[in-house]
Amino acid sequence: MKRFILSYSSMWRHNLVMINSPEMAAERSKTPLLSIRGAAKAFGPVVALADGVVEILPGEIHALVGENGAGKSTLVKILAGLYNLDAGEFLVKGKPVAFRTVADSKAEGISVIYQEPTLFPDLTVAENIFIGRQPKNALGLINRSAMRAQARALFDRLGVRIDPDRIAEGLSIADQQIIEIAKAISLDASVLIMDEPTAALSGIEVERLFQVARALRASGAGILFISHRFDEVFALCDRITVMRDGEYISTHSTESVTVPEIVHEMVGRDIGELFPKVAAKVGDTILNVSKLSRVGVFSDISFEVKAGEIVALAGLVGAGRTEVARAVFGIDTYDQGFVELNGTRLKRNNPQAAIDAGIGFVPEDRRKQGLVMDLSVARNAALTLRNRLSRFGLINGTTERRAAEEWTSRLQVKTASQEYKVSTLSGGNQQKVVLAKWLATEPILLIVDEPTRGIDVGTKSEVHRLLSDLAGRGIAILMISSELPEVLGMADRVLVMHEGRITAQLDRADATAESVMHAATAQLEH
Amino acid sequence: MTLTSPAPSQETPPKTARRATRDFASVLRWREIPVTIALIVLVGLTYLANPLFLSQQGVKDLLLNATIVIILAVGQAMVIITRNVDLSIGSILGIVAFSTGTLFVAVPGIPIVLVFLTGMALGALLGAVNGLLVTIAKVPSLVITLGTLYIYRGLNNAWAGGTQYFAGDRPDNFGALSVDTIAGFPLITLIAIVVVVIVAIFMASTRPGRDLYAIGSDPEAAKLFGIPVTRRVLLAFLSNGILAGLAGVLYASRFNSVGATTGTGLEFDIVAAAVVGGVAIFGGSGTVAGAAIGALLLTTITSALTAIRVDKFWQQAIVGLLILAAIIIDRVARIRTQKKLRLSEARDV
Amino acid sequence: MSNPPTELLGTATNKSGVRASEVPSTGGRTGIARILLSRDTVMIYTLVFFVIYAALFIPRFASPVSTGFLLLDVIPALLIALPMTLVIITGEIDLSVASIAGLTSALMGVLWAAGLDIGAVLLISLLAGVLAGAFNGLLVAVLGLPSLAVTIGTLALFRGLALVVIGDNAVANFPPELTSFFTSKIGGTGIPTVMIGVIVVAIFFGVLLHFTPFGRGLFALGYSKEAATFVGIHVMRSKFWLYVASGSVSALAGIYWTLRYSSARSDNASGLELTVIAAVLLGGVSIFGGKGSIPGAVAGVLLIGTINFTLRLNRISDVVLIIVTGTLLIASVVAPSIFEGISKWRHTRRNRRILPPASALGATRATASGVQERK
Repeated sequence: MKRFILSYSSMWRHNLVMINSPEMAAERSKTPLLSIRGAAKAFGPVVALADGVVEILPGEIHALVGENGAGKSTLVKILAGLYNLDAGEFLVKGKPVAFRTVADSKAEGISVIYQEPTLFPDLTVAENIFIGRQPKNALGLINRSAMRAQARALFDRLGVRIDPDRIAEGLSIADQQIIEIAKAISLDASVLIMDEPTAALSGIEVERLFQVARALRASGAGILFISHRFDEVFALCDRITVMRDGEYISTHSTESVTVPEIVHEMVGRDIGELFPKVAAKVGDTILNVSKLSRVGVFSDISFEVKAGEIVALAGLVGAGRTEVARAVFGIDTYDQGFVELNGTRLKRNNPQAAIDAGIGFVPEDRRKQGLVMDLSVARNAALTLRNRLSRFGLINGTTERRAAEEWTSRLQVKTASQEYKVSTLSGGNQQKVVLAKWLATEPILLIVDEPTRGIDVGTKSEVHRLLSDLAGRGIAILMISSELPEVLGMADRVLVMHEGRITAQLDRADATAESVMHAATAQLEH
Repeated sequence: MTLTSPAPSQETPPKTARRATRDFASVLRWREIPVTIALIVLVGLTYLANPLFLSQQGVKDLLLNATIVIILAVGQAMVIITRNVDLSIGSILGIVAFSTGTLFVAVPGIPIVLVFLTGMALGALLGAVNGLLVTIAKVPSLVITLGTLYIYRGLNNAWAGGTQYFAGDRPDNFGALSVDTIAGFPLITLIAIVVVVIVAIFMASTRPGRDLYAIGSDPEAAKLFGIPVTRRVLLAFLSNGILAGLAGVLYASRFNSVGATTGTGLEFDIVAAAVVGGVAIFGGSGTVAGAAIGALLLTTITSALTAIRVDKFWQQAIVGLLILAAIIIDRVARIRTQKKLRLSEARDV
Repeated sequence: MSNPPTELLGTATNKSGVRASEVPSTGGRTGIARILLSRDTVMIYTLVFFVIYAALFIPRFASPVSTGFLLLDVIPALLIALPMTLVIITGEIDLSVASIAGLTSALMGVLWAAGLDIGAVLLISLLAGVLAGAFNGLLVAVLGLPSLAVTIGTLALFRGLALVVIGDNAVANFPPELTSFFTSKIGGTGIPTVMIGVIVVAIFFGVLLHFTPFGRGLFALGYSKEAATFVGIHVMRSKFWLYVASGSVSALAGIYWTLRYSSARSDNASGLELTVIAAVLLGGVSIFGGKGSIPGAVAGVLLIGTINFTLRLNRISDVVLIIVTGTLLIASVVAPSIFEGISKWRHTRRNRRILPPASALGATRATASGVQERK
């Protein structure tokens, strides 16, 4: 994995920005920028964090890893000033602090960049950077031209070009993160906390983010990097801190530790195989997509998925993979071509028809697309069955609950009651509910879009085993994934997309990190 | 836009494209352009049909009719920009107008300035109650202010009963505010213009003003940014209350009688004025100047239809169509701008 | 002087208080227990309690005449509240309902005065309501415009069209057999004959919302449009038909209003939209969408109607009534947010070993601190 990232990044011309100034370099010393020990936080009787420990040195990128529920988010929120500390020692540059608000944290030079940056869509880029501290003129009013100039100066330092005057609406997530980083720099932040920043980025965008991060490190800043992706952690970080069940486990130098060791510490047990796809008997063609095109989004997409087969759609974010899947399922329409399931053509732009024909779709955004977060586990799991469960147009509540229970228990969804809101479940269990509601429809084709994004290692391998198992039972599976190891480990065949076209079809044997990445970036090679 | 792009491509997007991007972005911020054009066209056409429309008296009437609606629309705009709404303003205006009438009778010879201050303080109190309920109980403002719409109106009814105060009960120089003019502008209209200018500067060029936009744009993010959301939203409701109070005092100056039902049913007209003026109903964008122009447009239509002798029964239907037109134009403009922004971004990468 | 309303408020909070103390068991409760303690059921208890109270202590309340007048008065709001509940559950709103009723009424007057057959008059008026609803549906569901703004526009438009149609005239000479039918009662019960029709409409919407796949879809849609799309719910189509239903039922209410008062005027039913929305929200329907029930909404309408009526029997002015309506509305939304905070906090405590806490923590903390602020 580590090797893969290195070879892949070496394909890009390194064009490092230096934000190095002599004074800042001189500041590099042994005193940690930030150090917290014995951090505890309880909400009422719920202990979210029992013993949080993190230390960030100047000029260091420090990884924080742990399963969901390990207390990472709580720790981040404490550092960000969103939560107050119940107990523990919290030092910033060697002096004790107690944050009450976000402003306190910012004043101490700590900036947090969240997975999905929260910009104000109606405000301009410049205003987003300077909100609450806009430069003022002699009259005490906001000086817009000064604000614009300062924003431009920040982008120049980062070596990016974003128009300070455009409104934030419609910016890519990668650009939004850059704006957050620009904001952090403008705040003279010495500690940058990145909470799963790469979860929604494409490879090229990840690389750009890493370069900015390395440049910040070179200038003496400290970065706390939270990620589920070990390849990134090992490619970028100097040290790794592991947490489990709200407690500190260990801190390692990246050079002296391996992925299996870290995984072991995270889960407290060994995970057998990360990608347990077993070969299944391949049957007839289930899905046949022919010359599917949508102007400006994807064009001339043709492929088949056979029973028992897992076909992966690989490529960079924005290559059009999700868009193709959405069109196949009928969420979006298409201009040309057709989709056949078991030899019968599907109506375009009609998800209900697709469901009736036997397609299930596990979408990429679990919270917004996969589940109705405020409905109960049972209602969510039975939502796909609502037409099938009705008799003479009416639904019987008991039958509904029983149908839901069958599949949630088969997938071992951990919840005390079917009546709990699904939002109270952990990410991994939520994903199981999504899978349950689709398996309940007994699909012949299952489309899974980023099936393991943002879920913990344990559940992740459960999901992988499940997908493999489903394929073994003759279900055709179309999988979209941005994690190359997942693609290579799970897929019987890999379709690689680039800029809305399929650029390669690779069999399991031919699919390697190099061949997939080559096809995914085909255009840029020239 | 990327760090890794090779050197030559860094100059590829021509300057024109970049300027275009900025222009589109600023067009989006100039949401009041359509309503301004509509107002100019309306006034122009009506004038051609009936030149008396823009006589000195005609203009004065136009402005007088618009004044109170303008002040209310400006206050409402502040609230809507924070992604809230205040339906209780008609009731606030009613109470304050009646209290103004009462004050002149109860305290003969009371200075007019004191009357204004009292009215605005009462408005502030009622607005603050709205604001506190919305921010502390975290219940949508639509529900809370629907409740206070009833409660304030009920209090007004209970207080006024069958009592009405007429213009004769008030000093002449108070009524003169709506009669005397400076350079053709009635005094109360000048007050409204001063209000629009002050609030416009506050909203466009002060940090708390920009915070209101940020809150309306994304309330959760605003909290994360450390913007004092509760205080700012409270401020918006408080300001709206003060302005509704001011409008109530001016109402007592402008109109003959004030009583239990004064200001009933105003709420949707005022929200409509703000929306027509380009204030997005879900917050985050629009300006108070736009809201003021929207108010002027809606009140002018009534006069214009009379001036060109259109059956008066058509007026409300036309107002309704105008509101719908404003919403649709806004949506079309937004979709087009987004498309342009996306294209320009694609070019930029 | 406002003795009854104070009583009532007291009960409302007490009932909720009882519920809150039992909430920690939410998760483990069976379906029936959950229904017995939900917020809309509390509203039904409150209604029943108030009716019993009024029957025992308010002179002249428990009589067929009272029942008759009470129900006759409340029917328009009751009718419109039914589709309004469904509309609000999908996260939208329809403010134009009273204007549609007014337009229907004006149209009836003009057509009847023009000498059309009464059957044709009723049919055309109903059709006008259907079209008005479809127009709202087109703007909100198909074009995706914000319903709050759109229906403020059509509120003005439809009321304006009513004025255009009938001006400031009034038409009163409807066929006496029809108008007397609309005020007739079933035997000596005092229950208006029209009530049968109203109950049929109520059952239709109740079954549609609570026992059909379409209704399941509406709840999902109210919480998350995107997630609803992914399970094959036709978002656009569902919303469109809800607005058509809302327009149609508003037209029925307009027809009723015209014949009940035997008067077709442009300003009939004006301001009714706020009464209906207040009643529906009081009945436990969430303005955010996704939550609510038809029995709850009906209880909300009847509660406001009953209080109104008892106050009038006691010769207490309408003044107090509107204060009570407003206070009830605010109390009914503020109180649950407090209790929800408490129950969530206990819920989290109970389940901390079962559920990984991370995801739910943010919300818990927010509401918990909200409670502290309130106390």
